[in-house]
Amino acid sequence: MSAVEQAIRARREAGSGALVAYLPVGFPTLDDSIAAAIALVENGVDILELGLPYSDPVMDGPAIQKATQTALQNGFRLRDGFTAVEKVRAAVDAPVLVMTYWNPVLQYGVDRFAADLASAGGAGLITPDLIPDEASDWMAASEAHDLDRVFLAAPSSSDARMRQAVGASRGFVYAVSTMGITGARSDVDAAARGVVSRLRDAGCTSTCVGLGISTADQVRDVLSYADGAIVGSRLVAALAEGGVTEAARVAADLATGTR
Amino acid sequence: MTLRDVVGPYFGTFGGRFVPESLIAALDELDAAYQAARVDPDFAAELAELHRTYTGRPSIITEAPRFAEHAGGARILLKREDLNHTGSHKINNVLGQALLAKRLGKTRLIAETGAGQHGVASATAAALFGMECVVYMGAVDTERQALNVARMKLLGAEVVAVQTGSRTLKDAINDAMRDWVANVDTTHYLLGTVAGPHPFPTMVRDFHAVIGTEAREQVRELTGRLPDAVAACVGGGSNAMGIFHAFLDDESVRLVGLEAAGDGVDTPHHAATISKGRPGVLHGARSLMLQDDDGQTMESHSISAGLDYPGVGPEHAWLADIGRAEYRGVTDAEAMSALRLLSRTEGIIPAIETAHALHGALELGKELGPEGIVLVSLSGRGDKDMETAARYFRLLDGETEDAR
Repeated sequence: MSAVEQAIRARREAGSGALVAYLPVGFPTLDDSIAAAIALVENGVDILELGLPYSDPVMDGPAIQKATQTALQNGFRLRDGFTAVEKVRAAVDAPVLVMTYWNPVLQYGVDRFAADLASAGGAGLITPDLIPDEASDWMAASEAHDLDRVFLAAPSSSDARMRQAVGASRGFVYAVSTMGITGARSDVDAAARGVVSRLRDAGCTSTCVGLGISTADQVRDVLSYADGAIVGSRLVAALAEGGVTEAARVAADLATGTR
Repeated sequence: MTLRDVVGPYFGTFGGRFVPESLIAALDELDAAYQAARVDPDFAAELAELHRTYTGRPSIITEAPRFAEHAGGARILLKREDLNHTGSHKINNVLGQALLAKRLGKTRLIAETGAGQHGVASATAAALFGMECVVYMGAVDTERQALNVARMKLLGAEVVAVQTGSRTLKDAINDAMRDWVANVDTTHYLLGTVAGPHPFPTMVRDFHAVIGTEAREQVRELTGRLPDAVAACVGGGSNAMGIFHAFLDDESVRLVGLEAAGDGVDTPHHAATISKGRPGVLHGARSLMLQDDDGQTMESHSISAGLDYPGVGPEHAWLADIGRAEYRGVTDAEAMSALRLLSRTEGIIPAIETAHALHGALELGKELGPEGIVLVSLSGRGDKDMETAARYFRLLDGETEDAR
């Protein structure tokens, strides 16, 4: 069982579920993004998702777009992603997944990327624009380097595609809560329950819900039927507004939803 | 299998579907609807009737003898897509996709646009079919193509000036995709070029293939044989795929795509994706693209908004890879000079995009000599570019024309 699966199982067995937090590397600076990630874990986050800024982030809403664009303007390079993983892993024990659009991995070299991620202590990849149908290189590289593969399942996914996502993923399946992009929403779509229930029917034992989750109540609600809740834009906005301290405070508040 | 029969999702190692899972169901639905329409005589008849009574097809070919004097004496034949309703080839694809959207029960069309020609064509189709229309256009482009923004608005479309990223065509595509993910139940994304995830490259090519099918017969009728070369400008590559497709299996016919070389392909300011790009994934397909070492998309540069795109359709990447088509760069200055030459020798003002193909035709004519025949895709008219041209040639400030 992978470190991510273990972390999720431990929280499930304690009667709750995992809090998964997203932050982009390099925002507002490389050092601050590392400090913020560490602070999130110290304030109740179970699994980290470090995003690699990309020029054309089609899955992301305004908050994350703005942050990743800032990181790129500040000179973010892919190697900073490995540095961040390494430093975070040296400071805290939570598993660290990397979320990245596919082209940067392709240009770095899929196997080389997997090797460097593994040696930095990374747990695996979340790939928002890579579907299992196109992922044969990544399947091979992740097997070779013992990394998790997190694919997405959406409200619009057919049952066959749900089964494919479950079969291809390792760590967890990312259940997309709503038809849309990242960003806080006042109510997490009822569609999320449907996606999780259909994933369960497809044999899924580990699924985390993402998109639109921004409050402790939403975390609690999601964890009543899913194995983990993913929060991104809310934390990015907190980091933008009040720095590491504010991000840590919001994380601690979100973590009350896991108790 | 002949080259003409390749229908994706892959063209060699290019193509595919690199999009969020949320869009896969919509792409599957679109693909199924398109496959059904492709073999449905009623669909073909409805589209043909629209082209006959609304687009103004078949478009004519015009021989350009005075222009050809500057091309080593070779014969130059222009396929007049500029005479289509809305002023460019873009309407061919738009009417096809709008009919398909109607079949799918969609009530809202969204589109991206660079120069504005595809946005105008989309807004036109939406007006014709009584659909809602939102056009995403980079803020840089809304400024340099203000006339087309006005046209779209007059046609009842909403124009969103995209402020993210480099604020050009690539960012307009990103925002259109974000809109589509959130509104896929009611909305068809009317992608305007032969790029994007499958089935778009194949479908858009097929809707434009009428250009080459007509031209191939027209050239034979006029000259008694096939042309020696076919020239077309390439941004995303829709008019080029449209005119190339009928000739793909005619081995004697050279297919030449002209890319925007901006200040020159060896400067940082160009949009010569095939000449200078590397394989990568952008906007849903694996193709060639301009990118840095980390795979971040680089900004492209061209005087022509319609060619100012750092990617290209996957079928072009494949045709370049297997050597079936060749791709050359044409600088801003060369294109503008060809634009003026055609205006003065033939009384036809082409779009700046198209002027890249015209420069290519001049070069090809010189290479082929007096026996040569070059067919050029005259993809669009230049009305929308008058402001740029007036500034470039200093036509409005009372000075004498710039000699460049």
